Order: sequence, then structure tokens, then C-alpha cells
Amino acid sequence: MQRAAALVRRGCGPRTPSSWGRSQSSAAAEASAVLKVRPERSRRERILTLESMNPQVKAVEYAVRGPIVLKAGEIELELQRGIKKPFTEVIRANIGDAQAMGQQPITFLRQVMALCTYPNLLDSPSFPEDAKKRARRILQACGGNSLGSYSASQGVNCIREDVAAYITRRDGGVPADPDNIYLTTGASDGISTILKILVSGGGKSRTGVMIPIPQYPLYSAVISELDAIQVNYYLDEENCWALNVNELRRAVQEAKDHCDPKVLCIINPGNPTGQVQSRKCIEDVIHFAWEEKLFLLADEVYQDNVYSPDCRFHSFKKVLYEMGPEYSSNVELASFHSTSKGYMGECGYRGGYMEVINLHPEIKGQLVKLLSVRLCPPVSGQAAMDIVVNPPVAGEESFEQFSRESVLGNLAKKAKLTEDLFNQVPGIHCNPLQGAMYAFPRIFIPAKAVEAAQAHQMAPDMFYCMKLLEETGICVVPGSGFGQREGTYHFRMTILPPVEKLKTVLQKVKDFHINFLEKYA
Amino acid sequence: MASSTGDRSQAVRHGLRAKVLTLDGMNPRVRRVEYAVRGPIVQRALELEQELRQVIRANIGDAQAMGQRPITFLRQVLALCVNPDLLSSPNFPDDAKKRAERILQACGGHSLGAYSVSSGIQLIREDVARYIERRDGGIPADPNNVFLSTGASDAIVTVLKLLVAGEGHTRTGVLIPIPQYPLYSATLAELGAVQVDYYLDEERAWALDVAELHRALGQARDHCRPRALCVINPGNPTGQVQTRECIEAVIRFAFEERLFLLADEVYQDNVYAAGSQFHSFKKVLMEMGPPYAGQQELASFHSTSKGYMGECGFRGGYVEVVNMDAAVQQQMLKLMSVRLCPPVPGQALLDLVVSPPAPTDPSFAQFQAEKQAVLAELAAKAKLTEQVFNEAPGISCNPVQGAMYSFPRVQLPPRAVERAQELGLAPDMFFCLRLLEETGICVVPGSGFGQREGTYHFRMTILPPLEKLRLLLEKLSRFHAKFTLEYS
Repeated sequence: MQRAAALVRRGCGPRTPSSWGRSQSSAAAEASAVLKVRPERSRRERILTLESMNPQVKAVEYAVRGPIVLKAGEIELELQRGIKKPFTEVIRANIGDAQAMGQQPITFLRQVMALCTYPNLLDSPSFPEDAKKRARRILQACGGNSLGSYSASQGVNCIREDVAAYITRRDGGVPADPDNIYLTTGASDGISTILKILVSGGGKSRTGVMIPIPQYPLYSAVISELDAIQVNYYLDEENCWALNVNELRRAVQEAKDHCDPKVLCIINPGNPTGQVQSRKCIEDVIHFAWEEKLFLLADEVYQDNVYSPDCRFHSFKKVLYEMGPEYSSNVELASFHSTSKGYMGECGYRGGYMEVINLHPEIKGQLVKLLSVRLCPPVSGQAAMDIVVNPPVAGEESFEQFSRESVLGNLAKKAKLTEDLFNQVPGIHCNPLQGAMYAFPRIFIPAKAVEAAQAHQMAPDMFYCMKLLEETGICVVPGSGFGQREGTYHFRMTILPPVEKLKTVLQKVKDFHINFLEKYA
Repeated sequence: MASSTGDRSQAVRHGLRAKVLTLDGMNPRVRRVEYAVRGPIVQRALELEQELRQVIRANIGDAQAMGQRPITFLRQVLALCVNPDLLSSPNFPDDAKKRAERILQACGGHSLGAYSVSSGIQLIREDVARYIERRDGGIPADPNNVFLSTGASDAIVTVLKLLVAGEGHTRTGVLIPIPQYPLYSATLAELGAVQVDYYLDEERAWALDVAELHRALGQARDHCRPRALCVINPGNPTGQVQTRECIEAVIRFAFEERLFLLADEVYQDNVYAAGSQFHSFKKVLMEMGPPYAGQQELASFHSTSKGYMGECGFRGGYVEVVNMDAAVQQQMLKLMSVRLCPPVPGQALLDLVVSPPAPTDPSFAQFQAEKQAVLAELAAKAKLTEQVFNEAPGISCNPVQGAMYSFPRVQLPPRAVERAQELGLAPDMFFCLRLLEETGICVVPGSGFGQREGTYHFRMTILPPLEKLRLLLEKLSRFHAKFTLEYS
């Protein structure tokens, strides 16, 4: 019984810093087997166990909030309890959450939100007239003039109109139809919903979904959950993480052997890589999708985060349209945006939208039906999105302050700083951070460290990141969580801490890395 | 990948190629999903509204859309959280400011704009646990077993997702009440799980009969592996409030038959009938002692959308899991983490719902007055609805013991049933469409929730203001009489 109990504990105990599920499920299976021998002495087996649960869910991994972050949480608790460490705080450089790292919300946005939340404030002299106007417009479009009503499942009508107007302006007049706009609970919700509708078939005709490596692990997680086939295409590290259409071709050809590739996902600007696609590249991708009959998903949540002076954001929609009717009437596209990034950083509101192009009308009907089961996205997030797409303009009272607050100069500075500092460290190489909010440097891990990692049943970069966390309190996410070429190691770190703190963090990483190289030489 | 022949030829005619994503090629499970509450009848309602016809949306449990005012204290605290500059304003009571500060301190960067931990802000989860303890007469609740969610729907889907496994004869079966809230059938369709219907007893005010559970389970074992039992209490659409004895019987049944219990309790604050009382499944389970208390797996759900708050648009909710396998619980957290976190304003609202003003707080009097007014009016409307419908020949309405809907049974003449069939419509859908066209009243046909073969119902909310509701009920009754005459 003791052995069984020990097995159960191992099966059900706290995570060791390895992948979810695998070691636990075998321990649990062993435990069950032992327990069955002496049933009358034991608690009966649960209905819902690792063995009996949904295997697709078990296969899901999401590194951004995975084992290393759980470890960071444990360490924070230890610090709170007064346990001495070589550092006084854990620095959460694992997640793209600007406000958590001290970025201030945009004043105008919060004013309009407060007016919507508590309309008594519409009588208050402390709020500018332009904020009140926006709030009234939003409230009038809500059931019972309240953020507390469910909205239409596709989102509040006038907000969808505002989103369409924003897209049209952004794309130099290329028209956007409000009917093609769906507001969502963050961009993640929209991405997950579209993928869900797309996945079908079985065996060799199971839907294949092409994703960049490295990728933002929402994609691999959703693919796992839906039991679709993940088809990797590698971004070119030697070339600033460029997307090479030949690599797309290679990937799709190999995939046709064992699945039905139907979907191509692009993240631009890239996460974790930060590269901003050139216009030519986007055209090539569109042509490839057209040729291979692939549904295009363009994750563009970082469209407001472009730093490199040589780079510009080109929306897939705009380029598609400008490529002429053969493409613009045929290629099916879904583009995504969010309130979580940009200059707003309103992650907690879970605001987002998707614009769908060339979807079959019956599919749009199916899409609304699917969304309707969850009723609607949070209305306060919809309101936040409205302000993002409909900000103060020149001539309005709030324009000046808004313009000052929404400048991204700071992020651009931190992007350059990070790239430069990392490249000074022997054994670290960092591509330019053209956009987004992360560095994804490549790290050299000595053979001895790779062995040590294997002994701990960890990916080498997970081992590295765990050591970094334990010795410096800095929490970053190992490259293995995003995907990388075999034999290469990376980590993703955000550039969100305030400049001085970021400098300290970078210095600490540098010192750690040099020590690490020495230790495992 | 090919679309239907008709599609393709049309596409060719327009110089368009066949689409990648078509009805034939899409996820077949998604195609089977139906959600009547926002289904075809509501689409027709929208068309009529666009023609500037007046439509009364009695199809959805959205109190504020029907004019119910939000609770002042909740919105004050939330506004302070959204725009902390207001903390220096003299126009907000001190207790509201204190609450806002407390919530903000628990947020990353002291802002609602930061992601929270995926299970929800720790402080709020602790407050939820304390609420549960108070509600359940002191029976302990562990904050680690509380997970905040994007409305209750989100958590229900997550738990069901975890449960679905196997294939063919071993595919997970889930017992759901008929009539049910169609989130359940929609989710089971989407997950490819097996729906196992158990019928509530209309003759006995929609009571849940364990014998019927046995019947359903016995038949289900033929073709699936039943692993979960869903109970909605108070019921939706039926409004019945389970007796304590019934809940005990259900728990015993679930334990004996090895079923994971899902208790949808979002209407726990909506109990109207004298003699009815809300008993939480958690409380009853714990009070039943061993072997049930320590072993029966249970997930209970609550929401900010109903009750006296009606804050549907904020998508606040939580699930409390009891006796869940620790490793599975971590899997659940992992699954939630992919979507990062539930909306933080919704979490903040939930916090206020579970820890409202205390009697000594400045805001208490107004809070209590507003809350009682809402609940009293709901109770009056529940009674009025039952009364008016029961006066109409051919309509019979069980007592609306709780929740916010009536689910009356309507007699439809055989000729109307035939006409419906000619049109390819369920008879009660036909009735409801005609009702909508002629009176502007939008209700949801019983076929959207499930009902015994040959019976017809519709679900109507009790949410319009009292006097307006009276007029609507009378109008509907008159329409039914006219409809009956027309098809005699």
C-alpha cells in the first residue's frame, strides 16, 4: 500500500519542471494498477483522472504560462515567506503584459470606460466632452444603454462599424465591411474559433495547419486540442527570422503525405521573433496561399509595435486587395487584432476583433452560430476596442494628451538596447527586434549543460531558464516552448520592464550566462 | 475540400474558385451545433427590427437589456478601478473607494489592464471561497478549488472538455436534463460527446426523478460510457428549485453510478416561490458525510449575469471543484492558461457580488434597497406570469419557482402541426414565428430546449417591467386563442 501511495503521490503531486502529463500519466497508471489489487483498503478511483481525461487536452502545452512560470510563482511565495534568495523579487519577463510591468493605461481610454461603466459621471465636469461623446455613443448602442447587457454575438454594431472605418483608414482607403468584422474575447478567441471551424477529416485527410517555427504557442495548443495536424515551417534565423516561401513549399509538400494542409498561419509582426514582414514577402505568401488553396490567418496584434526605421507594417488585407481581383476575390483570409498590445496594453480587458475576407456566406452563418453559444465577448473589452480604433483626432480636446501618451518611443529604445546588450555577450546572439515586444536571442549551451539537462529530463533551454530563474529571479520562457531548429536553443524575454530595470535585467542575464558557460565548460 | 456541385458552378459563373472553407469541408461537429436562444427566431426578430418593427426580446435572460438598472455600488467600485483618478473625487462613498483600492492592489501593475493569473486574481478567489462558506453555513471552501471564468459558460465548457474521451461505444456520455439550457447540447455536439437525455417531470412541476435517471443511464450504457451528470438548479428553462431530498438522491445516484456531477447554480439568487429554497450541491454533499463527501467529484458554477445583478455583458463567473484529482486540476489550469485569463473587470464585479456591502458600510442601505427591489419585482413577475398563462385555455404554466423564465406548455391544433410540417418547421417554432410576426414578441420554442415528444412549449423571460409584462402576457394569450381558432 505504501508503494501504491507513493506512486499516487508521484502521479498526482506538484509539477516537476518538465512537460506536462507524460511522467505523471505513467505514474498514475502504475498507481491505479497497484490500487486495483487491494480495493477494499483504498479510496476508490476517481472518475476523472489523467488516464481517463480528454487525451487531446492532455497533449496541450502552453509554455508562456507553463512550468517555468509555475516555478516563478513558487519562488515568489517563498520570498513572501521570508526565505532568503540571491535576489529580492521575481521579474516576470515571460509574458507580453505591459501594464503589469508598469506601463500606464491611456488616460482617454480609461475616461471613456469609466463613463460607460458609471454613466452618472456624464454629469461630472472632470471629464472632457470628447470622452463623453464617445461614451454616449457606445452606451446608446448597448441593450438597456448598459455595458451589463449581452451584446449581439458578433459584437456591438456601432463598434464593428468603427473597426471597419479604422481598417479602411489604416489601409489607405481599401474598404472594410462591418459585416466582416467580429469582435472577440481577445484575439486568441477569434483565432481559436476560426481554427475550430476549419478542422475536419480523418487519417490522411485530417486538416493540416501550417505554423511558423518559432511560433506563439496558442497555435500549437489549439491544434493539439482540436486534434488537427501541426505543419511546421521554419523562419530563417540567419536572415532576421525572414519567412522564405521556399520553406513554405517544402513544408506543405511534406505535409501532403500525411494530412490535408488547409490553413497557413502568419504572425506579423512576429511573436516571439519580432520580425516585420516586407511587403514583397507578404505578396509571396499570399500568392503561395492562392496557389496551394490555403486559408490564411494573419495574426497582426503587434501592428502598432514596429520599431525598426527600415520596417513598416503592411496589413495582409491591404496587400491582398492591392494584388488585384484574382487574389482579392478568392483568397480566404482572417486577420486579427487585439487591445492587449500596441500602445494600449489593455490585456485584462480581453478586447479583440477579426476581419474575415472572402468567407462563404454559409460559413459566416456558422461562425455567428458558434459564437452565439458563448453569447458575446465582454462588452467592456468591446468598448476598449472601440476607443483603440476611434481615438481622439486633431482638433479634439483630448488629442494632445493622447498623442503624448501613445508614443512608442520608449519601446523602440528598449528594443535597440536589448539587441545591443545581448549581442555583447559571448555565446548569445540576438536578431534585431524589428517589432512586437520580445527578444528571442539564441544561446550557446555547452555539451555538459545539455547532459545535465537530460539527466533532469528537461529540454536544455528549460534547464538554462530554470537556473536563470533560481539564481537571478528573472523569469523568461525557453525557446523549446515556441519551437526552434533542432540543436539550437533560445529564450523569449519581454522588453517591457522600465528602461533602468531592463538594463539591470540584461546585465544580470549577461553575468549569469558567462557564469553558466564557465560552470559547464 | 471541394464544395457542393451547385456551389462550384456558381463560383465558376462568377469567375470565383471553390472556397477552401465550405459547409461540406468545415468541422462537422461545429455544423451540428445549435443554440436556440440566439437561433433562427432571433435572426427573424433582427430582420423585423431592421424594418423598424418593434420587437420585444423575451428570448434571453438579459435583465439590463429589459430595463433593469445595475446595482449602484457595483458600478461605482468598478468605475473607480477603471479610472483610479476618481479615488480623489468627493462623489464616491468611502467604502466603494476602499474596495477599489483593495482590488487594484491585487492586480498586476495595480491595473485592470494587466492579465491576471489564469485561475483569476488570488484575492478574489479567496473572497469567492469565503462567500461559498457563508452561503453554505460554514462548510469550508478552498480558494485553490475556485477558478474564475468568462461567465459560467466558459467554465462549464472547460469541465466538459476535460471529461470527453474514448470512441465508439466508449465515447463519453453526459446526462443532461430535458428541457435543458442549450449550452449543454451545443457543447456536447462540438466535443463529439454523447448526449444522454433524462426527462424532468412536467406533471410534478418539473421535478427530477431518480428513477428517470436510472432509466436514462441504463439505456445509455448500450452505446456510450456515461461519465457525467449535469443538473441545473434552479432550472433553466423550467425554473424548478430542487428539494434537498432530491439533491441528496441525485448525489447518491451519481456516487453509485460513478458520474462526475456538474451543478449549474447560476440562478441561486433567483428563488421566488414560498416553500422553495436554494440548497447548494456542495453543501448537501458535505453534509451527507462519507463516503460521498470525500469522494464524489463535483463542479458547481455561478455567474454575475443573473441574480439581482444582471451583469451579463461583463462575463463574470466561477467554478468550484470538489474532490477533483489534483493532476486533473492542474490540467484544467493549463487549459485555462492558453486563453490567459478571464476578463479582469468581470473578475472585479464578481468580487463585489460575493462580498457585498456589510450592514455597517455607508453603501449598505442603498445596496440592500436596490437588491431587494429587483428580487421582489422578479418574484411578482414570476407569479403574474404563472397566473396569466394559466388563465388562458390551451396554455398551462408550471409555477416559476426560480430562475427568470416561464416555460409554458401550449396546445397546438393538429392543422397547425400539419402546416408546420409542410413548412419544414417544428410546430412550436411555427407558433413562435407567427407570434413574432403578429405581436413582435420574441420567445424561444420549446424544441430548442428539448421536450417530450408531442408536447409543445416556449420559453419566455419574466424580465420586462411588471406592467409591460402583464400586457405582453395578455397579448400572447390572445394570440394563442386566435391562432387556435385559425387552425381549428
